[in-house]
Amino acid sequence: MRKPKKLLNDLNNVRHEVMQGLVYAYNGKLTAITDYCAVYGNHIQADQVVIISGGGSGHEPTFAGFVGQGGIDGCALGEVFTSPSPDQIIEVTRAIEKGKGVLFLYGNYSGDGMNFDISAEILAEENIVSKTIRATDDIASAPLSKIADRRGVAGIMFLYKIAGAAAQLEKYNLDDLYRVVNKANTYVRTIGVALDGCALPQSTNFNFELAADELEIGIGIHGEAGLRRQAMTSSDDIVEEMIDRLCADLPFNNNDRVCVLINNLGALSNTELLIITRKVGIELDRRGMISHDVVVGHYCTSLEMSGFSISLFKLDDELQHLYDLPCHTLGWRK
Amino acid sequence: MNLLQVREMMLFTAEKMVESEPELTALDQVIGDGDHGIGMKRGFAAIIVLLQNPNFNAIDIGDLFNQIGTKLMTSMGGASGAIFGTFFRAGGKSIAGTTDFNAETLSKLLNDGWQAVYQRGNAKPGDKTMVDALAAAAKTATELTSAKLTDALPKIVESAMQGAENTAQMIAVFGRAKNLGERSIGHKDPGSVSMAFILKYMNDYLQTA
Repeated sequence: MRKPKKLLNDLNNVRHEVMQGLVYAYNGKLTAITDYCAVYGNHIQADQVVIISGGGSGHEPTFAGFVGQGGIDGCALGEVFTSPSPDQIIEVTRAIEKGKGVLFLYGNYSGDGMNFDISAEILAEENIVSKTIRATDDIASAPLSKIADRRGVAGIMFLYKIAGAAAQLEKYNLDDLYRVVNKANTYVRTIGVALDGCALPQSTNFNFELAADELEIGIGIHGEAGLRRQAMTSSDDIVEEMIDRLCADLPFNNNDRVCVLINNLGALSNTELLIITRKVGIELDRRGMISHDVVVGHYCTSLEMSGFSISLFKLDDELQHLYDLPCHTLGWRK
Repeated sequence: MNLLQVREMMLFTAEKMVESEPELTALDQVIGDGDHGIGMKRGFAAIIVLLQNPNFNAIDIGDLFNQIGTKLMTSMGGASGAIFGTFFRAGGKSIAGTTDFNAETLSKLLNDGWQAVYQRGNAKPGDKTMVDALAAAAKTATELTSAKLTDALPKIVESAMQGAENTAQMIAVFGRAKNLGERSIGHKDPGSVSMAFILKYMNDYLQTA
Protein backbone atom coordinates (compact mmCIF):
# COMPACT_ATOMS: atom_id res chain seq x y z
CA MET A 1 0.00 0.00 0.00
CA ARG A 2 1.22 3.53 -0.80
CA LYS A 3 2.67 5.38 2.21
CA PRO A 4 2.61 9.14 2.85
CA LYS A 5 5.76 10.93 1.77
CA LYS A 6 6.42 14.33 3.34
CA LEU A 7 9.25 16.84 3.29
CA LEU A 8 9.23 18.09 6.89
CA ASN A 9 11.64 18.86 9.72
CA ASP A 10 10.62 18.49 13.37
CA LEU A 11 7.15 16.92 13.55
CA ASN A 12 6.53 18.75 16.83
CA ASN A 13 7.28 22.10 15.25
CA VAL A 14 5.15 22.03 12.11
CA ARG A 15 2.84 24.94 12.92
CA HIS A 16 5.69 27.14 14.14
CA GLU A 17 7.62 26.57 10.94
CA VAL A 18 4.47 27.35 8.94
CA MET A 19 4.20 30.61 10.92
CA GLN A 20 7.84 31.46 10.22
CA GLY A 21 7.25 30.82 6.53
CA LEU A 22 4.27 33.17 6.60
CA VAL A 23 6.27 35.91 8.31
CA TYR A 24 9.00 35.74 5.65
CA ALA A 25 6.50 35.58 2.80
CA TYR A 26 4.59 38.59 4.12
CA ASN A 27 7.87 40.48 3.95
CA GLY A 28 7.31 42.96 6.76
CA LYS A 29 3.51 43.05 6.70
CA LEU A 30 2.95 40.41 9.38
CA THR A 31 3.91 40.19 13.05
CA ALA A 32 4.21 36.87 14.89
CA ILE A 33 3.44 36.35 18.56
CA THR A 34 5.93 33.52 18.61
CA ASP A 35 5.22 32.00 22.02
CA TYR A 36 1.54 31.68 21.19
CA CYS A 37 1.80 30.72 17.53
CA ALA A 38 -0.43 33.57 16.45
CA VAL A 39 -0.02 36.33 13.87
CA TYR A 40 -1.47 39.72 13.04
CA GLY A 41 -1.16 42.17 10.20
CA ASN A 42 0.69 45.47 10.39
CA HIS A 43 -2.14 47.28 8.58
CA ILE A 44 -4.56 47.52 11.52
CA GLN A 45 -6.02 50.97 12.17
CA ALA A 46 -7.00 52.47 15.51
CA ASP A 47 -10.64 53.08 14.54
CA GLN A 48 -11.63 49.65 13.27
CA VAL A 49 -13.29 46.54 14.62
CA VAL A 50 -10.74 43.71 14.37
CA ILE A 51 -11.43 40.36 12.70
CA ILE A 52 -9.74 37.35 14.25
CA SER A 53 -9.79 33.84 12.89
CA GLY A 54 -8.01 30.62 13.66
CA GLY A 55 -8.07 26.94 13.04
CA GLY A 56 -5.94 23.91 12.55
CA SER A 57 -2.92 24.07 10.27
CA GLY A 58 -2.89 21.95 7.13
CA HIS A 59 -5.25 24.12 5.02
CA GLU A 60 -2.78 26.77 3.89
CA PRO A 61 -3.22 29.52 2.83
CA THR A 62 -6.37 29.22 4.99
CA PHE A 63 -6.53 30.62 7.64
CA ALA A 64 -3.55 32.84 8.46
CA GLY A 65 -2.70 33.48 4.79
CA PHE A 66 -5.75 35.76 4.59
CA VAL A 67 -4.40 38.25 7.12
CA GLY A 68 -3.79 41.61 5.50
CA GLN A 69 -5.32 44.78 4.14
CA GLY A 70 -8.88 44.00 3.08
CA GLY A 71 -8.67 40.60 4.76
CA ILE A 72 -8.64 39.47 8.37
CA ASP A 73 -6.53 41.12 11.07
CA GLY A 74 -5.26 38.33 13.29
CA CYS A 75 -5.13 34.57 13.40
CA ALA A 76 -4.24 31.76 15.82
CA LEU A 77 -2.59 28.70 14.30
CA GLY A 78 -3.50 25.31 15.75
CA GLU A 79 -1.63 22.05 15.30
CA VAL A 80 -2.43 20.27 12.05
CA PHE A 81 -6.21 19.68 11.88
CA THR A 82 -6.53 20.76 15.53
CA SER A 83 -8.15 23.95 16.77
CA PRO A 84 -5.95 26.53 18.50
CA SER A 85 -6.20 26.81 22.29
CA PRO A 86 -7.77 29.77 24.13
CA ASP A 87 -4.48 31.32 25.23
CA GLN A 88 -3.45 31.78 21.59
CA ILE A 89 -6.74 33.41 20.66
CA ILE A 90 -6.71 35.60 23.76
CA GLU A 91 -3.12 36.82 23.19
CA VAL A 92 -3.69 37.86 19.58
CA THR A 93 -6.92 39.58 20.58
CA ARG A 94 -5.21 41.51 23.37
CA ALA A 95 -2.45 42.51 20.97
CA ILE A 96 -4.66 44.09 18.33
CA GLU A 97 -8.10 44.96 19.72
CA LYS A 98 -8.69 48.72 19.61
CA GLY A 99 -11.70 49.14 21.90
CA LYS A 100 -14.15 48.78 19.00
CA GLY A 101 -14.68 45.07 19.56
CA VAL A 102 -13.70 41.91 17.76
CA LEU A 103 -15.42 39.62 15.28
CA PHE A 104 -14.38 35.99 15.66
CA LEU A 105 -14.83 34.39 12.26
CA TYR A 106 -13.89 30.73 11.81
CA GLY A 107 -15.09 27.40 10.47
CA ASN A 108 -17.88 25.57 12.27
CA TYR A 109 -16.10 22.72 14.05
CA SER A 110 -16.70 21.61 17.63
CA GLY A 111 -13.10 22.14 18.77
CA ASP A 112 -12.83 25.62 17.27
CA GLY A 113 -16.24 26.56 18.68
CA MET A 114 -15.35 25.56 22.23
CA ASN A 115 -11.91 27.17 22.23
CA PHE A 116 -13.18 30.45 20.75
CA ASP A 117 -16.13 30.48 23.17
CA ILE A 118 -13.82 30.00 26.16
CA SER A 119 -11.67 32.86 24.80
CA ALA A 120 -14.67 35.13 24.32
CA GLU A 121 -15.80 34.49 27.90
CA ILE A 122 -12.37 35.31 29.33
CA LEU A 123 -11.99 38.41 27.13
CA ALA A 124 -15.46 39.62 28.17
CA GLU A 125 -14.11 39.77 31.74
CA GLU A 126 -11.50 42.21 30.39
CA ASN A 127 -14.29 44.27 28.78
CA ILE A 128 -13.39 43.20 25.25
CA VAL A 129 -16.63 42.87 23.33
CA SER A 130 -16.88 40.13 20.72
CA LYS A 131 -19.30 38.57 18.30
CA THR A 132 -18.91 35.22 16.59
CA ILE A 133 -19.69 33.92 13.13
CA ARG A 134 -18.99 30.32 12.18
CA ALA A 135 -18.72 29.59 8.47
CA THR A 136 -21.15 26.86 7.40
CA ASP A 137 -20.71 26.61 3.62
CA ASP A 138 -20.19 22.84 3.15
CA ILE A 139 -23.53 21.59 1.81
CA ALA A 140 -22.50 17.93 2.06
CA SER A 141 -21.92 18.05 5.82
CA ALA A 142 -25.57 18.39 6.91
CA PRO A 143 -28.96 18.88 5.27
CA LEU A 144 -30.31 22.40 4.70
CA SER A 145 -32.72 21.91 7.62
CA LYS A 146 -29.67 21.65 9.90
CA ILE A 147 -27.62 24.39 8.28
CA ALA A 148 -26.11 25.45 11.62
CA ASP A 149 -24.46 21.99 11.82
CA ARG A 150 -22.67 22.42 8.51
CA ARG A 151 -18.88 22.69 8.46
CA GLY A 152 -16.92 25.64 7.16
CA VAL A 153 -14.64 25.00 4.20
CA ALA A 154 -13.18 26.98 1.27
CA GLY A 155 -16.06 29.48 1.10
CA ILE A 156 -14.78 31.15 4.28
CA MET A 157 -12.44 33.24 2.11
CA PHE A 158 -15.46 35.09 0.72
CA LEU A 159 -16.50 35.88 4.30
CA TYR A 160 -12.98 37.11 5.08
CA LYS A 161 -13.15 39.31 1.98
CA ILE A 162 -16.47 40.87 2.98
CA ALA A 163 -15.48 41.24 6.64
CA GLY A 164 -12.12 42.83 5.85
CA ALA A 165 -13.61 45.34 3.43
CA ALA A 166 -16.42 46.23 5.82
CA ALA A 167 -14.30 46.60 8.98
CA GLN A 168 -11.09 48.08 7.59
CA LEU A 169 -12.18 50.09 4.56
CA GLU A 170 -15.79 51.05 5.34
CA LYS A 171 -15.38 51.19 9.13
CA TYR A 172 -18.51 49.19 9.95
CA ASN A 173 -19.16 49.00 13.67
CA LEU A 174 -19.35 45.57 15.33
CA ASP A 175 -23.13 45.21 14.99
CA ASP A 176 -23.13 46.15 11.30
CA LEU A 177 -20.11 43.98 10.62
CA TYR A 178 -21.82 41.03 12.26
CA ARG A 179 -24.97 41.66 10.21
CA VAL A 180 -23.22 41.82 6.83
CA VAL A 181 -20.90 38.86 7.43
CA ASN A 182 -23.80 36.82 8.72
CA LYS A 183 -25.68 37.66 5.53
CA ALA A 184 -22.68 36.64 3.45
CA ASN A 185 -22.47 33.36 5.36
CA THR A 186 -26.03 32.52 4.30
CA TYR A 187 -25.11 33.26 0.64
CA VAL A 188 -22.07 30.92 0.34
CA ARG A 189 -22.24 27.26 -0.67
CA THR A 190 -19.40 24.77 -1.24
CA ILE A 191 -19.05 21.13 -2.23
CA GLY A 192 -15.86 19.09 -2.56
CA VAL A 193 -14.66 15.96 -4.32
CA ALA A 194 -11.66 13.79 -3.44
CA LEU A 195 -9.71 11.34 -5.55
CA ASP A 196 -7.28 10.45 -2.73
CA GLY A 197 -6.78 11.06 0.99
CA CYS A 198 -4.21 12.92 3.02
CA ALA A 199 -2.08 12.05 6.05
CA LEU A 200 -1.34 13.88 9.29
CA PRO A 201 2.39 14.63 9.64
CA GLN A 202 2.76 12.16 12.53
CA SER A 203 0.86 9.40 10.77
CA THR A 204 2.22 6.59 8.65
CA ASN A 205 -1.17 6.08 7.01
CA PHE A 206 -3.56 8.12 4.91
CA ASN A 207 -6.67 9.19 6.82
CA PHE A 208 -8.82 7.53 4.20
CA GLU A 209 -8.21 5.50 1.09
CA LEU A 210 -10.05 5.39 -2.20
CA ALA A 211 -9.65 2.61 -4.71
CA ALA A 212 -7.85 3.38 -7.97
CA ASP A 213 -11.17 3.65 -9.81
CA GLU A 214 -13.08 5.51 -7.10
CA LEU A 215 -13.84 9.09 -6.07
CA GLU A 216 -15.81 10.58 -3.18
CA ILE A 217 -18.39 13.36 -3.51
CA GLY A 218 -18.93 15.72 -0.58
CA ILE A 219 -15.59 15.16 1.13
CA GLY A 220 -14.66 17.40 4.09
CA ILE A 221 -11.36 19.26 4.36
CA HIS A 222 -10.09 16.84 7.04
CA GLY A 223 -11.21 13.81 5.07
CA GLU A 224 -14.64 13.68 6.71
CA ALA A 225 -16.85 11.19 4.94
CA GLY A 226 -18.81 12.64 2.06
CA LEU A 227 -22.16 11.91 0.47
CA ARG A 228 -21.07 8.84 -1.47
CA ARG A 229 -18.24 7.02 -3.18
CA GLN A 230 -18.60 6.15 -6.79
CA ALA A 231 -16.69 4.91 -9.81
CA MET A 232 -14.44 7.41 -11.58
CA THR A 233 -16.20 9.24 -14.36
CA SER A 234 -15.55 12.27 -16.57
CA SER A 235 -14.72 15.68 -15.13
CA ASP A 236 -17.80 17.17 -16.79
CA ASP A 237 -20.16 14.63 -15.18
CA ILE A 238 -18.85 15.34 -11.70
CA VAL A 239 -18.89 19.11 -12.12
CA GLU A 240 -22.44 19.02 -13.46
CA GLU A 241 -23.64 17.13 -10.40
CA MET A 242 -21.78 19.49 -8.06
CA ILE A 243 -23.28 22.58 -9.68
CA ASP A 244 -26.73 20.96 -9.58
CA ARG A 245 -26.37 20.32 -5.87
CA LEU A 246 -25.01 23.81 -5.12
CA CYS A 247 -27.69 25.59 -7.12
CA ALA A 248 -30.51 23.55 -5.59
CA ASP A 249 -29.31 24.26 -2.06
CA LEU A 250 -29.41 28.06 -1.70
CA PRO A 251 -31.04 28.09 -4.28
CA PHE A 252 -29.10 30.04 -6.93
CA ASN A 253 -31.32 31.28 -9.72
CA ASN A 254 -31.36 32.79 -13.17
CA ASN A 255 -29.80 36.31 -13.12
CA ASP A 256 -28.11 35.83 -9.76
CA ARG A 257 -24.70 37.51 -9.59
CA VAL A 258 -22.19 35.11 -8.14
CA CYS A 259 -18.51 34.89 -7.27
CA VAL A 260 -17.06 31.50 -8.07
CA LEU A 261 -14.18 29.73 -6.35
CA ILE A 262 -12.66 26.63 -7.89
CA ASN A 263 -10.31 25.47 -5.16
CA ASN A 264 -7.54 22.90 -5.28
CA LEU A 265 -7.62 20.72 -2.14
CA GLY A 266 -3.93 20.01 -2.55
CA ALA A 267 -2.61 17.61 -5.11
CA LEU A 268 -4.89 17.84 -8.12
CA SER A 269 -3.14 19.14 -11.23
CA ASN A 270 -3.89 22.68 -12.34
CA THR A 271 -4.55 21.15 -15.74
CA GLU A 272 -7.51 19.28 -14.32
CA LEU A 273 -8.56 22.32 -12.31
CA LEU A 274 -8.90 24.45 -15.44
CA ILE A 275 -10.86 21.75 -17.23
CA ILE A 276 -13.17 21.77 -14.20
CA THR A 277 -13.30 25.58 -14.33
CA ARG A 278 -14.36 25.46 -17.98
CA LYS A 279 -17.34 23.27 -17.13
CA VAL A 280 -18.34 25.41 -14.14
CA GLY A 281 -18.57 28.35 -16.56
CA ILE A 282 -20.67 26.36 -19.03
CA GLU A 283 -23.08 25.25 -16.29
CA LEU A 284 -23.53 28.70 -14.75
CA ASP A 285 -24.02 30.29 -18.18
CA ARG A 286 -26.59 27.64 -19.05
CA ARG A 287 -28.54 28.61 -15.93
CA GLY A 288 -28.40 32.30 -16.82
CA MET A 289 -26.29 33.16 -13.78
CA ILE A 290 -23.86 36.10 -13.93
CA SER A 291 -20.28 35.23 -12.98
CA HIS A 292 -19.13 38.43 -11.28
CA ASP A 293 -15.70 37.07 -10.42
CA VAL A 294 -13.93 33.73 -10.83
CA VAL A 295 -11.09 32.62 -8.57
CA VAL A 296 -9.05 29.49 -9.37
CA GLY A 297 -6.23 27.92 -7.37
CA HIS A 298 -5.06 26.72 -3.95
CA TYR A 299 -7.07 28.62 -1.34
CA CYS A 300 -8.24 26.06 1.21
CA THR A 301 -6.23 22.89 1.03
CA SER A 302 -6.32 19.65 2.95
CA LEU A 303 -2.62 18.77 3.14
CA GLU A 304 -1.85 16.61 0.09
CA MET A 305 -5.42 15.54 -0.61
CA SER A 306 -6.09 15.08 -4.29
CA GLY A 307 -9.36 16.81 -5.03
CA PHE A 308 -11.11 20.12 -5.43
CA SER A 309 -14.09 22.11 -4.25
CA ILE A 310 -16.45 24.53 -5.92
CA SER A 311 -17.91 27.48 -3.99
CA LEU A 312 -20.59 29.90 -5.11
CA PHE A 313 -21.23 33.21 -3.36
CA LYS A 314 -24.33 35.20 -4.24
CA LEU A 315 -23.99 38.99 -4.21
CA ASP A 316 -26.46 41.73 -3.46
CA ASP A 317 -25.56 45.42 -3.90
CA GLU A 318 -23.98 45.80 -0.46
CA LEU A 319 -21.95 42.60 -0.80
CA GLN A 320 -20.85 43.46 -4.33
CA HIS A 321 -19.58 46.86 -3.23
CA LEU A 322 -17.56 45.28 -0.41
CA TYR A 323 -16.36 42.43 -2.61
CA ASP A 324 -15.00 44.82 -5.24
CA LEU A 325 -12.80 46.70 -2.77
CA PRO A 326 -9.12 45.69 -2.92
CA CYS A 327 -7.40 43.15 -0.70
CA HIS A 328 -3.73 42.39 -0.22
CA THR A 329 -3.11 39.12 1.56
CA LEU A 330 -0.71 36.27 0.92
CA GLY A 331 -3.48 33.93 -0.13
CA TRP A 332 -5.46 36.36 -2.26
CA ARG A 333 -4.71 39.70 -3.89
CA LYS A 334 -7.42 41.64 -5.61
CA MET B 1 -4.54 11.68 50.39
CA ASN B 2 -2.72 14.95 50.99
CA LEU B 3 -1.67 17.49 48.39
CA LEU B 4 1.76 15.96 47.82
CA GLN B 5 0.31 12.49 47.31
CA VAL B 6 -2.31 13.75 44.85
CA ARG B 7 0.43 15.57 42.97
CA GLU B 8 2.45 12.33 42.74
CA MET B 9 -0.68 10.45 41.64
CA MET B 10 -1.33 12.92 38.85
CA LEU B 11 2.32 12.83 37.75
CA PHE B 12 2.10 9.02 37.50
CA THR B 13 -1.22 9.35 35.62
CA ALA B 14 0.32 11.84 33.18
CA GLU B 15 3.25 9.50 32.48
CA LYS B 16 0.87 6.61 31.81
CA MET B 17 -1.31 8.76 29.54
CA VAL B 18 1.75 9.68 27.46
CA GLU B 19 2.56 5.95 27.17
CA SER B 20 -1.02 5.27 26.00
CA GLU B 21 -0.63 7.43 22.89
CA PRO B 22 -0.29 4.57 20.34
CA GLU B 23 -3.40 2.83 21.67
CA LEU B 24 -5.47 6.04 21.60
CA THR B 25 -4.15 6.96 18.16
CA ALA B 26 -5.13 3.55 16.79
CA LEU B 27 -8.68 3.99 18.14
CA ASP B 28 -9.02 7.46 16.62
CA GLN B 29 -7.70 6.46 13.21
CA VAL B 30 -10.71 4.18 12.84
CA ILE B 31 -13.32 6.73 13.81
CA GLY B 32 -11.84 10.24 13.88
CA ASP B 33 -8.93 11.91 12.14
CA GLY B 34 -6.24 10.17 14.15
CA ASP B 35 -5.10 13.10 16.26
CA HIS B 36 -6.67 12.26 19.64
CA GLY B 37 -3.73 10.24 21.00
CA ILE B 38 -1.25 12.85 19.79
CA GLY B 39 -3.25 15.62 21.47
CA MET B 40 -3.53 13.74 24.78
CA LYS B 41 0.18 13.00 24.68
CA ARG B 42 0.93 16.69 24.06
CA GLY B 43 -1.32 17.69 26.99
CA PHE B 44 -0.06 15.18 29.53
CA ALA B 45 3.58 15.70 28.52
CA ALA B 46 2.96 19.34 29.49
CA ILE B 47 1.47 18.13 32.82
CA ILE B 48 4.66 16.14 33.51
CA VAL B 49 6.74 19.27 32.94
CA LEU B 50 4.36 21.29 35.13
CA LEU B 51 4.37 18.86 38.06
CA GLN B 52 8.11 18.14 37.90
CA ASN B 53 8.96 21.83 38.02
CA PRO B 54 10.45 22.50 41.48
CA ASN B 55 8.83 25.95 41.42
CA PHE B 56 5.34 24.53 40.86
CA ASN B 57 3.06 25.53 43.68
CA ALA B 58 -0.58 24.64 44.32
CA ILE B 59 -2.41 26.18 47.27
CA ASP B 60 -4.57 23.12 47.82
CA ILE B 61 -5.85 20.01 46.00
CA GLY B 62 -8.59 21.94 44.22
CA ASP B 63 -6.01 24.40 42.92
CA LEU B 64 -3.80 21.50 41.77
CA PHE B 65 -6.59 20.11 39.58
CA ASN B 66 -7.49 23.60 38.37
CA GLN B 67 -3.90 24.22 37.27
CA ILE B 68 -3.79 20.82 35.56
CA GLY B 69 -6.95 21.78 33.65
CA THR B 70 -5.55 25.13 32.60
CA LYS B 71 -2.37 23.48 31.35
CA LEU B 72 -4.30 20.85 29.38
CA MET B 73 -6.51 23.53 27.84
CA THR B 74 -3.60 25.65 26.72
CA SER B 75 -1.25 22.92 25.54
CA MET B 76 -3.59 20.56 23.71
CA GLY B 77 -5.89 22.67 21.56
CA GLY B 78 -8.71 20.97 19.72
CA ALA B 79 -12.00 19.79 21.20
CA SER B 80 -10.12 17.50 23.59
CA GLY B 81 -8.13 20.37 25.10
CA ALA B 82 -11.30 22.38 25.71
CA ILE B 83 -13.20 19.41 27.15
CA PHE B 84 -10.54 17.80 29.36
CA GLY B 85 -9.30 21.25 30.38
CA THR B 86 -12.82 22.31 31.34
CA PHE B 87 -13.31 19.06 33.29
CA PHE B 88 -10.24 19.54 35.48
CA ARG B 89 -10.68 23.29 35.86
CA ALA B 90 -14.31 23.10 36.92
CA GLY B 91 -13.77 19.96 39.00
CA GLY B 92 -10.81 21.58 40.71
CA LYS B 93 -12.68 24.82 41.43
CA SER B 94 -15.55 22.83 42.95
CA ILE B 95 -13.21 21.40 45.59
CA ALA B 96 -11.24 24.58 46.25
CA GLY B 97 -9.70 24.56 49.70
CA THR B 98 -9.51 20.77 49.89
CA THR B 99 -6.53 19.43 51.82
CA ASP B 100 -7.68 15.80 52.10
CA PHE B 101 -8.62 14.05 48.84
CA ASN B 102 -11.20 11.36 49.62
CA ALA B 103 -14.20 9.63 48.04
CA GLU B 104 -16.43 12.60 48.77
CA THR B 105 -14.16 15.20 47.16
CA LEU B 106 -13.54 12.87 44.20
CA SER B 107 -17.30 12.56 43.73
CA LYS B 108 -17.67 16.35 43.77
CA LEU B 109 -14.81 16.75 41.29
CA LEU B 110 -16.35 14.20 38.91
CA ASN B 111 -19.91 15.50 39.16
CA ASP B 112 -19.14 19.21 38.91
CA GLY B 113 -16.58 18.51 36.19
CA TRP B 114 -19.24 16.59 34.28
CA GLN B 115 -21.75 19.45 34.52
CA ALA B 116 -19.17 21.93 33.22
CA VAL B 117 -18.29 19.62 30.32
CA TYR B 118 -21.97 19.39 29.47
CA GLN B 119 -22.35 23.17 29.49
CA ARG B 120 -19.29 23.55 27.25
CA GLY B 121 -20.04 20.92 24.64
CA ASN B 122 -23.69 19.90 25.16
CA ALA B 123 -22.89 16.20 25.01
CA LYS B 124 -25.27 13.95 26.95
CA PRO B 125 -24.72 10.33 27.97
CA GLY B 126 -25.35 8.20 24.90
CA ASP B 127 -23.79 10.68 22.46
CA LYS B 128 -20.61 8.60 22.15
CA THR B 129 -18.19 11.02 23.82
CA MET B 130 -15.96 11.12 26.90
CA VAL B 131 -19.14 12.01 28.83
CA ASP B 132 -20.20 8.36 28.63
CA ALA B 133 -17.20 7.36 30.74
CA LEU B 134 -17.35 10.45 32.95
CA ALA B 135 -21.08 10.23 33.70
CA ALA B 136 -20.80 6.54 34.57
CA ALA B 137 -17.88 7.30 36.90
CA ALA B 138 -19.65 10.28 38.50
CA LYS B 139 -22.83 8.28 39.18
CA THR B 140 -20.90 5.49 40.87
CA ALA B 141 -18.87 8.03 42.84
CA THR B 142 -22.10 9.63 44.13
CA GLU B 143 -23.12 6.29 45.66
CA LEU B 144 -19.76 5.76 47.35
CA THR B 145 -19.04 9.11 49.03
CA SER B 146 -18.78 7.55 52.49
CA ALA B 147 -16.48 4.70 51.39
CA LYS B 148 -12.71 4.78 51.70
CA LEU B 149 -11.03 6.18 48.57
CA THR B 150 -9.10 2.92 48.09
CA ASP B 151 -12.43 1.04 48.00
CA ALA B 152 -14.39 3.58 45.98
CA LEU B 153 -11.92 4.35 43.20
CA PRO B 154 -11.66 0.78 41.78
CA LYS B 155 -15.46 0.67 41.41
CA ILE B 156 -15.49 4.13 39.82
CA VAL B 157 -12.83 2.96 37.36
CA GLU B 158 -14.88 -0.14 36.57
CA SER B 159 -17.91 2.05 35.74
CA ALA B 160 -15.81 4.40 33.61
CA MET B 161 -14.27 1.50 31.66
CA GLN B 162 -17.75 0.04 31.12
CA GLY B 163 -19.00 3.47 30.04
CA ALA B 164 -16.19 3.65 27.47
CA GLU B 165 -16.90 0.10 26.35
CA ASN B 166 -20.59 0.97 25.83
CA THR B 167 -19.72 3.74 23.37
CA ALA B 168 -18.92 1.05 20.80
CA GLN B 169 -22.67 0.48 20.45
CA MET B 170 -23.53 4.16 20.02
CA ILE B 171 -23.90 6.35 16.96
CA ALA B 172 -21.63 9.41 17.07
CA VAL B 173 -23.39 12.78 17.09
CA PHE B 174 -20.35 15.00 17.74
CA GLY B 175 -17.02 15.68 16.10
CA ARG B 176 -15.68 14.14 12.94
CA ALA B 177 -17.08 10.68 13.78
CA LYS B 178 -20.55 12.21 13.35
CA ASN B 179 -20.24 11.93 9.60
CA LEU B 180 -19.79 8.19 9.86
CA GLY B 181 -23.32 7.89 11.27
CA GLU B 182 -24.13 4.21 11.74
CA ARG B 183 -20.67 3.32 10.45
CA SER B 184 -19.37 4.53 13.84
CA ILE B 185 -21.05 1.55 15.54
CA GLY B 186 -18.57 -1.11 16.64
CA HIS B 187 -15.83 1.38 17.49
CA LYS B 188 -15.19 2.90 20.92
CA ASP B 189 -14.97 6.65 21.30
CA PRO B 190 -11.29 7.50 21.94
CA GLY B 191 -12.19 10.37 24.30
CA SER B 192 -14.21 8.05 26.53
CA VAL B 193 -11.28 5.65 26.66
CA SER B 194 -8.97 8.53 27.64
CA MET B 195 -11.36 9.55 30.44
CA ALA B 196 -11.48 5.97 31.75
CA PHE B 197 -7.69 5.64 31.46
CA ILE B 198 -7.11 8.78 33.55
CA LEU B 199 -9.18 7.32 36.39
CA LYS B 200 -7.62 3.89 35.93
CA TYR B 201 -4.08 5.25 36.28
CA MET B 202 -5.08 7.35 39.29
CA ASN B 203 -6.31 4.11 40.87
CA ASP B 204 -3.20 2.15 39.85
CA TYR B 205 -1.11 4.69 41.73
CA LEU B 206 -3.44 4.74 44.72
CA GLN B 207 -3.42 0.95 45.13
CA THR B 208 0.40 0.70 45.08
CA ALA B 209 1.18 3.85 47.05
